[in-house]
Amino acid sequence: MGAAHAHPLYLPGTSPLHRARPQCKIAATLLFVLAVVATPREAFWSFGLYALALVGLARIGRVPLATLARRLVIELPFLLFAVFLPVVGQGERVEVLGVSLAVGGLWAAWNIVVKGTLGVAASAILAATTPVAELLGGLDRLRLPKALTTIAGFMIRYGDVIADEVRRMRIARISRGHDPRWIWQARAVAASAGTLFIRSYERGERVYLAMVSRGYAGSMPVLQDLEATRGQWLAALSLPAAAALVAATAWGVRP
Amino acid sequence: MTPVPALEVDGVAFAYPDGHQALYGVSLQIRRGERVALLGPNGAGKTTLVLQCNGVLAPGAGRVTVAGLPVAPEHLKEIRRRVGIVFQDPDDQLFMPTVAEDVAFGPANLGLRGPELETRVKGALAAVGMEGHADRPPHHLSFGQRRRVAVATVLAMEPEILVLDEPSSNLDPASRRELAEIVTGLDITILMVTHDLPYALQLCPRALIMNGGTIAADGPTAELLADADLLAANRLELPFGFDPTALGSR
Repeated sequence: MGAAHAHPLYLPGTSPLHRARPQCKIAATLLFVLAVVATPREAFWSFGLYALALVGLARIGRVPLATLARRLVIELPFLLFAVFLPVVGQGERVEVLGVSLAVGGLWAAWNIVVKGTLGVAASAILAATTPVAELLGGLDRLRLPKALTTIAGFMIRYGDVIADEVRRMRIARISRGHDPRWIWQARAVAASAGTLFIRSYERGERVYLAMVSRGYAGSMPVLQDLEATRGQWLAALSLPAAAALVAATAWGVRP
Repeated sequence: MTPVPALEVDGVAFAYPDGHQALYGVSLQIRRGERVALLGPNGAGKTTLVLQCNGVLAPGAGRVTVAGLPVAPEHLKEIRRRVGIVFQDPDDQLFMPTVAEDVAFGPANLGLRGPELETRVKGALAAVGMEGHADRPPHHLSFGQRRRVAVATVLAMEPEILVLDEPSSNLDPASRRELAEIVTGLDITILMVTHDLPYALQLCPRALIMNGGTIAADGPTAELLADADLLAANRLELPFGFDPTALGSR
């Protein structure tokens, strides 16, 4: 029952990165990404430093670089958009391999590609070293509204259950000869979606009943004790602090 | 002086908001430490009765008391601690990210924290033989394991009475036997709602038969199951080839 891998992004381990408090890791990742985004796009050297820092981080967290590279694929759809910018851009143009490209567009595309890749890589390292339950606990500690983290928790818990239901409904459909090839055959699929909605809604009611029966009175109890020490915060924030320094220097030495 | 019964239902009647009358004056008593099966066809009102016991539904008439405490809005928290319901689908019952957090949900709602909470969680998981799975997400467990964890989530609240709703449904024979061993090993009052008549006979010395919103029969399980006319009148059927009299009295 259920999918075999509920947390496909998490790589179990005991590295210092795995043991770090989730709220520290989340805050560090966010601040690191902000520093990267704030860096002027002309400062090539600073992006090299950021990339080196992430490679080092992946090493510490025992995240294989090949795995990390595979996970970067998720940003491809966004990069496709960037590819068009130099072609459709206005203004000054240069010839590259016989194709006329806009200089402004090239800069914009570079900006998106490098900052996007660094951001996705940082998030991928976070996801690879932090179980989902801890991520939610960390977001709680960071004072994200409890209702949001609770909803996210339910989504993760029931995603597999609902996906399983979808799979069973699909098998039941094709077992009765349904072979959707054309858009007008989508009716059965749409009806399944409706049924799925009703079933999930009813499940929601049953889950609520089970919660109430165990004393739920409107707020989820705080279970994890994820207190982080000053030292843990300092260690985690050293990365974004260094990144901020690099960004500031890049602005300072800008011609 | 007779000891206070674990559960006392007295003349309870209930109609759903849509007008459907589900219970017509149900009365029953369950003594402390008893294991009682609640049998009856679909739509007999079994689940409705169970939800009266922990105050999720409030009776239109009559009263329910749990170990002497009346089910009333001002006692709901304590009532829900005293009545532990294990629902039929463990996926409805296990909603937290990990097994340990799910088992901790109930006692944490009661205000337990720290080492005390941890002891409860460990004890409850040990009682169902799942202590090795504390940190796993529920959807990684087999169905039988999930049902056992669902039992642990309720045991962790140290209830007066454990209500099991169709505990053997969807279990393979081995999981069914394992659950039976766990249930018989618990020193606790149990009300077991089921269609599985052999399971009722195996686990519960006493049975209640419900039909049409009333209690149709109340007596030793072996006797009730041996009464073919009674079973037929209440849409209950023994599995093919099963002879309750062949097992002897329990």
